[in-house]
Formats: sequence, structure tokens, C-alpha cells
Amino acid sequence: MNAEPLIPYLYIAASVLFIFGLKMLSKAASARRGNLVSSVGMLIAIVATLLYSGMDYQWIVVGAIIGSIIGAAAARMVKMTAMPEMVGLFNGFGGLASLLVGWAEYHKMTGQAGDGDLFTLIAIAATVLIGGVTFTGSMIAYAKLAEKMETKPILFKGQQIMNASVLALALAASMALCLIAPSAPLAYPVFGVIVLTALVLGVLATIPIGGADMPVVIALLNSYSGLAACAAGFVIMNNVLIVAGALVGASGLILTGIMCRAMNRSLTNVMFAGVGATASAAVSFEGEAKTTSVQDAYLMLESASSVVFVPGYGMAVAQAQHVVRELGDLLEANGCDVKYCVHPVAGRMPGHMNVLLAEADVPYEQLVEPQDVNPLISNVDVAVVIGANDVVNPAAREKGTALYGMPIIDVDKARVCIVLKRSLKAGFAGVDNPLFFSPNTRMLLGDAKASIAAVVAEFKD
Amino acid sequence: MESIGLLVFVFVLAIFLGMELIAKVPSQLHTPLMSGSNAISGISVVGAIIAAGQGEGLVMTILGTTAVALAMINVVGGYLVTDRMLGMFKHKKTEKQS
Repeated sequence: MNAEPLIPYLYIAASVLFIFGLKMLSKAASARRGNLVSSVGMLIAIVATLLYSGMDYQWIVVGAIIGSIIGAAAARMVKMTAMPEMVGLFNGFGGLASLLVGWAEYHKMTGQAGDGDLFTLIAIAATVLIGGVTFTGSMIAYAKLAEKMETKPILFKGQQIMNASVLALALAASMALCLIAPSAPLAYPVFGVIVLTALVLGVLATIPIGGADMPVVIALLNSYSGLAACAAGFVIMNNVLIVAGALVGASGLILTGIMCRAMNRSLTNVMFAGVGATASAAVSFEGEAKTTSVQDAYLMLESASSVVFVPGYGMAVAQAQHVVRELGDLLEANGCDVKYCVHPVAGRMPGHMNVLLAEADVPYEQLVEPQDVNPLISNVDVAVVIGANDVVNPAAREKGTALYGMPIIDVDKARVCIVLKRSLKAGFAGVDNPLFFSPNTRMLLGDAKASIAAVVAEFKD
Repeated sequence: MESIGLLVFVFVLAIFLGMELIAKVPSQLHTPLMSGSNAISGISVVGAIIAAGQGEGLVMTILGTTAVALAMINVVGGYLVTDRMLGMFKHKKTEKQS
């Protein structure tokens, strides 16, 4: 039986399921079902593709089994704190897959006589460029998030010029690829140049971006991987690839925009200027930080009637989310109103803190956003800052600092602010934090998990 | 398969649709949304299957098979990780809600 005529309809069904899936993913109540709906769409798209006549299944099965086992094992074993780098890694593989699809098609064309279709050649160049940048960009993001390499921006002299020349070379090679017949001897070397420059470009574009800006980069790379799939769709003239790729590309861009707004920075600023590199060192804050003890912290919390926890990347590092929740529960039992205020760019991935707190069984009704907390902050008895720094830095209100203009959580306006921190060092952005010297701030230095566990122990006594 | 014009038309509409779909997302869903849409970008598995299954010659088979494996890591890993994450989001009193 020839089932090939069914394929377009199955592709339409898959596209519709992707659309519904994404829509449901953006609502808390339906998110999990949305993910399931979208995965059914993917299954339909895969099955439909297998219906093409003249398919040799042998190697498809081998590849699919290997990929599924690796993917499933990685997804099952990854710790929740390591989620950002895992998403980065998956994303990079998707980009590389698109690159290879473009390569395979080009390889097919080199074996054929004739000039090759111009539209297809443009699409191949785009697939390889975007796919390559996605791959190495994601790998660098992975390395930075997993702290396998320097998380600070890597900047060197002439960086912009170098990036611009590599980009120019990539574009020139792409143009050449469209003009040279794929069967010509020069064609493959030109193709090789595109692959190489794309890979180099991904590295160059990601190394100057600091750890604190990673949420933006991850969101952007996610968008790129969609666009790469989309370009691959134009290469093989396949509508489901185009629709799904475009959906991911567009939604990724929206998410990138949300992240940028949360930092009050433009995308170009994030991409081309490492934080700190542009800041004038003229503004510095000095003062004396008042430290506190576990006992004092306990007394302050015990008598508080409203407490706001502000988690940051430090909570992820210390794996403190479970003890934080335990403390929150004890405070609630004590008649205190407990909220967890999550800044959109806290952590290393959009929504990173929400995931960790959810892992610790914090009900999401208690998770609030800065714009909901800030107007009421002066009524908050104790704000507990756990390993967050830049997102609570009042220097963001001062002109001339690297953080200027970034919306922050106004914990310095709470009656008391307890800051849990390992040391008095500046945050990722390298800007001193005047919050530490504020008269109503108490520093509780040490490992966040150990400190909170000690406070919890005090409560239980 | 289809004419170029029609595909471009579909592309443009899908871009607008993607932007509309997630214009308003609560921040707690940013991570699941990102990893869920990341799984969808593994759709390049479709192109990879075609390359691996219809590939003539060794080079295309190798490229196609590798692409299938990589895309499947993206797809399977992406969906499972998203599901795991979303499984952790809980209501305080589930029975009272909904």
C-alpha cells in the first residue's frame, strides 16, 4: 500500500498539535498536557516521514535508538540545578542536526550535474550558518553554565573587528556557494568554509557574554535552533519543518525580548558589550557591612509577620531550595505571611529559580514577581536574600553603574533585610552592592544551605 | 513537493503565530516553555530521517544517521526534561483549585 498521499495531512495534524502544545505550555494549569500534546505532534511528524516510499529504515532505526537512549538517560539523570546547561546541550544538538541535514542535501547536489537550484542553495547556506552558530554557541553556553570554563565575559582587543571579519567571510562564502555549481571542484571547499566560519562565529559570539546574561543567550540560541530547522525545511521543501521551526524561532525571540526587558538592556547591548566592560569605574560604594548570627536571624524571623525570600543563583549553587522551603513552612506555621519573590533573570536560565523552588514543593501561588512585591515592600518585616546579588542591587538606581536601569527587587526598603552570602564580593556584573552597607541590612555570611539549616534547627528547638 | 511561494507564505504566517502564541507568559513558566519549544526544534529529525532513509551513498547515510541520533537526543531529552520539570509544579491545595 502506498501511504504517501497521507503525509501532507499528517504534517498538518502535527503542526496543529505543536501550536496547541505551545499555547497550553504558556498557561500554568495546562502546561504539562501541552508538552504531551506537542510530543504527540512530533511522533506524528516522525511516523508520517517514515511513510515516504523508497525509505531504507535500517540506519534511521540505528540513529533513532542511539539518540533516544542518550536523550532519555540524560533527561532522567540530570539534577534540577543542572537544568540550564542540559537545555543548552540539547539545543546545540538540534542545531547540529539541522547543519548535517543541510550538508547531506548539499552532498547530494554535488553528485548531480547542473547549476543547482538557487533557492535551495540559499536555504542550504542559511541552514549551515544558523545551525553551526547554534551548535557551538550552545556548547559554549553549556560550558559556561556548567562552570567548565570562565563564566566572566572573555574580551580581547580587536574582538569586534575579528567577529565582523569572520561574519563577512561567512557571508561571502555563502554568496559564493549560491553562484558556484555544486558539481564544480571549488564547491566543496567553499561549503567547508561556511561550516568552519559558522562554528567559529558561534564561539566568538558567546564568549564575551557573562554568566548573568545567560538567560538571554539561552533564549536566543533556542530561537536560532528553530530558525535552523526552518531553513532546513526550505532546503528539503518540507512544510512541517518550516512551521515548527518558525514557531520555535518566533517564540524564542519573544522570550529573549522578555529577558532583555527584565534587565532593561537592549539585545545588542547584551550581545556585543560584556557587562562591566562598558561601565565606568567612577561609581563605587563603600561602607561597613553589619554581620549577624544565626541566633539573631532566628529572632528576627520568629517575630516577623511577613517575610519575602529572594533567591538567586547562590541558592542553586548551595542546593538550598529544600531547606528554604522548610524554613518557609515553619514561618507559615508561626503565623507569618511567606512569599518567594523571583526576579525574571535570577539564575542562569529564564525562570531558573521557579523550577528549583517547585522542585522543593513550594506551591506556585507563593511565587510572586517583583512588580507585585515592590509596592508593598515597606510593609515586609524581613526580606531574606539567598545568594542573589545583582537583582537586588540598589546601584541599579544610580546613573553610571553597569546595572543602571535594571528593574530590581527593592529589598533595601524592607524593614530588615537579611542577606545570605558566602563573602562580600561583588556579583557577576562586578558592581559593588550598596545593599550590604545599608543600615537595615544584616549579613549572614557562610554557605546558604548551612545557615538556613541552622535557623531551621533554632526554630525546632 | 510544494511551490516556494506557498512555503514562504506558510513561514511568514507561522512566525506571526509563534509571536502571538506566547506573548503573555508568567515567568514561572519561562523554563518549561523554553525547554518545551527546544524539543520542538528537534523537528529537524524529519529532515534527518529523509537524508538517512533516502540517502544514496556512504556519506549521506553517515550524515543522515548522525543527524537522526542528534535530533532524537534533542526531541526525547527535551520532552522528558520538560515533563519532569512541569511535574514538580504543584498547587498548594489541588482539590480546591480547578
